[in-house]
Amino acid sequence: MISGRVWKFGDHINTDLIIPGRYLDDYSPKNLAAHVMEDADPDFPQKVRAGDVIVAGRNFGCGSSREQAPLALKYAGISAVVAGSFARIFYRNAINVGLPVMVCPEAFAKVEVGDELHIDMERGEIEVFGKGTKLAFKPLPDFLVRILNEGGLVAYTRKRLR
Amino acid sequence: MAAMTFAEKVLSRACGRDARAGDIVTAKIDLAMSHENAALVLRSFKEMGAKSIWDKDKVVLLFDHRVPASTIKAAESHQVVRDFVRSEHIPMFYDLREGVCHQVLPEKGHILPGMLVVGTDSHTTTYGALGAFATGIGATEMAAVWATGELWLKVPETMRLRLEGVLPKHTSAKDVVLRVIGDLGSDGADYKCLEFVGRTVEQFSIASRMVLSNMSVEMGAKAGICFADQRTFDFLRPIARGTPMPLISDPGVEVEELSFDLSDLPPQVAKPHSVDNVVAVDEAEGIPIDQAFIGSCTNGRMEDLVAAERILRGKQVKHSVRLIVAPASREVYIEASEAGVLSSLARAGAVILNPGCGPCLGAHEGLLAPGERCIATTNRNFRGRMGSPAAEVYLASPETVAASALMGEIADPREMG
Repeated sequence: MISGRVWKFGDHINTDLIIPGRYLDDYSPKNLAAHVMEDADPDFPQKVRAGDVIVAGRNFGCGSSREQAPLALKYAGISAVVAGSFARIFYRNAINVGLPVMVCPEAFAKVEVGDELHIDMERGEIEVFGKGTKLAFKPLPDFLVRILNEGGLVAYTRKRLR
Repeated sequence: MAAMTFAEKVLSRACGRDARAGDIVTAKIDLAMSHENAALVLRSFKEMGAKSIWDKDKVVLLFDHRVPASTIKAAESHQVVRDFVRSEHIPMFYDLREGVCHQVLPEKGHILPGMLVVGTDSHTTTYGALGAFATGIGATEMAAVWATGELWLKVPETMRLRLEGVLPKHTSAKDVVLRVIGDLGSDGADYKCLEFVGRTVEQFSIASRMVLSNMSVEMGAKAGICFADQRTFDFLRPIARGTPMPLISDPGVEVEELSFDLSDLPPQVAKPHSVDNVVAVDEAEGIPIDQAFIGSCTNGRMEDLVAAERILRGKQVKHSVRLIVAPASREVYIEASEAGVLSSLARAGAVILNPGCGPCLGAHEGLLAPGERCIATTNRNFRGRMGSPAAEVYLASPETVAASALMGEIADPREMG
């Protein structure tokens, strides 16, 4: 179960907004977390707290293949991204670095900034705490859940190689 | 057996069984490309406890995003990768001298029809221009490819784009692809394999086809294919490093198809801050610019520089505009240099950079200040892409960018004679 406070972003949040190219020469967690989402909301790196959840519209993570995008969100403490849809490379990268992502087109309209979400990955259910709202999403395929449960593709592959 | 798409055929071969759209397969990778982010790949590779690369003859590494090194951190990343290349004896390493990956790999004969290619760069789709199934992946999954030679992939649905008509003068592949993106939207081909077919594509050079395949990812596509034909084989004959395995979709296969008649296409411009915000040039004409950039994996090839030079020859770039030109590769640089194209551009007032990606992604070599406006032949105009988030980027063809550099404002190349 994932629980967290909601931040909202709209449609087509691209990887340059998530982490701009000008910061990519340094892939340390500290540098990436310090600039996460700053071109979409300059105060976001200061406001975000460990465990927070992002709820967004269509095509989240479009653009570059930079894995620093989901890494920056993860390093900043984001515990899950719920979006109407995801660009394919971002979606893969998020699973691979151990950042849970779920596709739920109705979430954006039904969730408000500051709401607390309880997300049940196995059942495919999002509960807006204290409001009685329940939203369904399609649970991830089993093998992606296995990668996430291992904490990402690094740990998953390490086990396989052993 | 039921008719198959190109994507189904390539991925069936790569996974060793009959694979259909929607199936998830574990595919054997024919070629794996990384640029600077090989440093990030390497970090994951080591954390996985992997000992060595599965097949050193299937990995190509080079530097192009920050060359020569733009910061000490960038230099350190280069150093880490160079050390690895040396200790692992990786044969296909081009360091910083060859240029932009998506020009270098095709021109060095690494890309062959029918191949399954992955790269840690979203514009890896460019290789579809030679009839390869090529797609962008992340650094950590590339580490798994280095370790195992395999990757899970969902077999994509196919969307066919039929492009018909002879392009009017002063329009080119960039205008075509911007028009298509404007119509489909930036997620209009999400997860799909695009097939570019029709007379317009058949008549395009390989360089022009690369523009279509390159920008397929700007519609969310997984791959963007131009089927191999005589032109492809002629391009490959002197350079191919192996035997092509050309594949095409079966004639009877049912796929979604859209048609475009391009015989009246005006030059196109993508306005800030999304690639699908596309208008005909006359709707953007007169917007003042501070910088103009010609280059990148989209439009930094010989035919692009020649098209721009034709407009700029014997003239002077507007004094208020900084025109920056980066040939896509060393070979392009040499060819343009020997043909007098670079000197002509320099005489017109252009700053000529070394081959590389620098300005396109706002890494270095020409970042924008707040309030500034740039027109570029590149592939993305996202907020903050080329520098300050308070700057604006417009995307257009080499000819439109050249015409705009002359006028100091977005201009129609058809009015340049």
